[in-house]
Amino acid sequence: MPRGVTIDHVSFGYNKTAVLDDVSLDVAQGELFAFLGPSGSGKTTLLRLIAGFGTPSQGRVLIGERDVTGLPAWNRNVGMVFQSYALWPHMTVAKNVAFGLERRKFGRAEITKKVRTALDMVGLGAFADRRPAQLSGGQQQRVALARTIVIEPEVLLLDEPLSNLDAKLRVEMRSELKAMQRKLGITAIYVTHDQEEANAIADRIAVLDQGRIQQIGTPTDLYDHPANRFVATFLGTANLIDGRIDGGRFVADKFTLEGITAADGGACISIRPQDITLGPAASGAGAIVAEREFLGSVVRYRLRMSGQHIVVDMPHRRDGETYAVGAEVGLTVDPRQIAVLR
Amino acid sequence: MSAHNLEAPSPGSPLPRLATLSPQAGRGKNWLARYNASPAQAIALAAIALFLIAFLIVPLLRVLIVAFTAPDGSFSLVHFGDFFRTSLLREAFWNSIYVAAMTVALASLIAVPLATILARFHFRGAALVHTLGVVPLVMPPFVGAVAMQLIYGRNGTINLLLNDTFGFRIPFMEGLNGVIFVEALHYFPFILLNLSASLANIDSSMEESAQNLGAHGFTLFRRIVFPLALPGYVAGAALVFVKVFDDLATPLLLNVTSMLAPQAYLKITSVGIADPQGYVISVIMICCSLGAMLLSALTLRGRDFATTQRGGGGLSRRHLGRGGTALAIAFVALALLISLSPHIGIFLLSIGTVWSFAMLPDAYTLAHYVTVYREAGPLIANTMLYCGLAGLIDIVLGATLAYIVLRTRLPGRQLVQQVAMSAVAIPGLVLGIGLLRTYFDVKLPFSGESLATFWFMLVIAYAVRRLPYALTAATAAIQQLHVSLEEAAESLGARKLGVLSRIVVPLMTGGLLAGFVTSFATAAVELSATLLLVARAPDAPLSYGIYVYMQAAAGRGPGAALGVIAVVVVAIATYIAFKIAERERGLKTRELF
Repeated sequence: MPRGVTIDHVSFGYNKTAVLDDVSLDVAQGELFAFLGPSGSGKTTLLRLIAGFGTPSQGRVLIGERDVTGLPAWNRNVGMVFQSYALWPHMTVAKNVAFGLERRKFGRAEITKKVRTALDMVGLGAFADRRPAQLSGGQQQRVALARTIVIEPEVLLLDEPLSNLDAKLRVEMRSELKAMQRKLGITAIYVTHDQEEANAIADRIAVLDQGRIQQIGTPTDLYDHPANRFVATFLGTANLIDGRIDGGRFVADKFTLEGITAADGGACISIRPQDITLGPAASGAGAIVAEREFLGSVVRYRLRMSGQHIVVDMPHRRDGETYAVGAEVGLTVDPRQIAVLR
Repeated sequence: MSAHNLEAPSPGSPLPRLATLSPQAGRGKNWLARYNASPAQAIALAAIALFLIAFLIVPLLRVLIVAFTAPDGSFSLVHFGDFFRTSLLREAFWNSIYVAAMTVALASLIAVPLATILARFHFRGAALVHTLGVVPLVMPPFVGAVAMQLIYGRNGTINLLLNDTFGFRIPFMEGLNGVIFVEALHYFPFILLNLSASLANIDSSMEESAQNLGAHGFTLFRRIVFPLALPGYVAGAALVFVKVFDDLATPLLLNVTSMLAPQAYLKITSVGIADPQGYVISVIMICCSLGAMLLSALTLRGRDFATTQRGGGGLSRRHLGRGGTALAIAFVALALLISLSPHIGIFLLSIGTVWSFAMLPDAYTLAHYVTVYREAGPLIANTMLYCGLAGLIDIVLGATLAYIVLRTRLPGRQLVQQVAMSAVAIPGLVLGIGLLRTYFDVKLPFSGESLATFWFMLVIAYAVRRLPYALTAATAAIQQLHVSLEEAAESLGARKLGVLSRIVVPLMTGGLLAGFVTSFATAAVELSATLLLVARAPDAPLSYGIYVYMQAAAGRGPGAALGVIAVVVVAIATYIAFKIAERERGLKTRELF
């Protein structure tokens, strides 16, 4: 029976260094939730606290209605897939998968049946008698997944499960993971440092940095309405420009933008590269092309505008207009695409 | 021009000969090129093979042949029948098995808790335990045996204390107990080191994933930690069993002759070189040695997990409670004190006047060191000469063979390597008996001395027995040397010899030096083969000298002083080898990564 997870004002630290600082969030039942952040942000620590490895110095962890804060890992019924897979090398694939069922006192016949179902589900039915060392990285990862879902945990925790796979396999596996999570209707929490992976897989994302939650929201939310500079730059590329808002206008050093609806005062705005349009020199705010990179679908320009660097992506067309390095160009922006950070 | 000549041969020209010669020469060249080898390498491999045939294979075959030959010269098992019909030898056989097994048990009692404490808990003295844990290895067990008798014997320090205080004694050193006790204290580090390495290779996620699936406590230990640590334990235990089974000097010094090794020695040296029972015992000893190794290999089949895991940061460590800490400290302190007691005892003995029926020596003196200084010069010089030469032979053979194995595809290279490595499983006593039998009748020119008892035979025996260490060290050194380093030199114009002298040898120096020192240090305290092959006092090395001194009560002081010298030499050599290896590792990682 899948359940939601509640993190209630949790703090955690080693020797006075705070790893997690007053973290609160709710994961809904059946949701695929991602913890996204750079290394050292505390995302894996938070996941391990849910699994029962470590006890928060403050706050509570709830699974469904049940407070599990002091409960040891082996009594929690949450399944965790480890980054290293942690398959036991001295057991066959089938024995690995059967381990959790044996601890739950299932009958032998039922264990055999459940193991077969789980292995078939991850497409490894034929590999039951192999040792983990005889499997490829992708296969090991599937065994780790089968070993975890076979116990029908209330919550599925995934700690950077795809980081040891090559790029192509990673993309395949993440859609498989998502399909399986949907099929089982299980609550899942997914830790990653890869924003593309988080965007592709998660219903909602919590962005963490330096032990604090920076923002929680759907991938689109976070991209379109980042709450701060960290979120704006960690999820995709963003042009951050400091200035102040004054009666519906954003005023920076050398230019102003009309049609900004935000309260007056000092502010920073974020504009995505594809939301700026390049035109001839007089068509908008003046800038000079410093570099040009052809990336396939877009041409990326790095521009210099009065000491500020601006990145602009123009869609590539066969007969589209391009600008040479050193050319003077004019920039225009649709104010609706601008996010105001504080 | 030559093409023109070939097109128009004059009658009777040497063209037919050329035509037959050149393909042959070409084939010869291709033959070696196909194996990626030069003629010098092929010759070197053949020379190493010859060395091993002459001084390892033939002597062992001689032992086997004598053991299986009836008096009339036919193949027969009659000597083995005699062996098992003789009650003394039957007893010796079971005693040897008993002692080896009990030593493994006692050594485990010391090593397993130590390894567990180190691996599982935050423990302040961990570094100290790691260091002191290997100290027993620097002193050969026979050196400590006499000191152990004075400390733990019937009238030794501990029993006198016990008797005065509580009115009873504990027979630590009575008969076989003494051998077990001495050997266990010497060899427990093998289990400690192997088990610790195994535990350190278990990633904490191995344990956490089991906890996550509902396992804890004893189940967690039984299903996950124990099976994963087993390979290290079994490897260490098998090594201890084999070493104890082969040890000749310790039982001899403790006056225990009803074991296999002393029986073989006594048969050969007192009954005579022709007595078949010595050879039968040798064959049985080899079988037991191989049996123990085979057993451990079977236990570990499909269980070598070292390379299957990413990372491997060791198990997660817990904090001990106050009681736990006190218990751990008490155990570690007691274990260290007991394992260092032979060292303390031998030191006291070397500076004591008389130590008999007393807790400590009566008075202290430096006289024994003076005696040693006057008398033992030749012993030390001999050890330096023999072990230095043996070490040299080992690194030359080891490095050459390792290079040929790793860098060429010459046929038979792996067989030669396996034969060289198999010397590990051959008891020194058996090799000594084989060499003695094979070369006893070969007389040296001029002096007419037997080749078997010529001092150089000791060098050869040491070299054969220590070759596996040097070969392992050299193989490791070359494996770290990426082949691209050599190819880069070749592409810049260096020839094979230039590559070898400018690139390979300089980069291997550290590894080779470590191999040399290890060979030297372990040969310096070898006694099994030494006892058999030393014919004259002037040829005797240090280990033999200690043994002879220790046999007489009056010689114990000087014997102990010699023992202290040997321990210091071996300790310094071991430390140097360790430092070199460490520095090399540091250099390589800085340069290459």
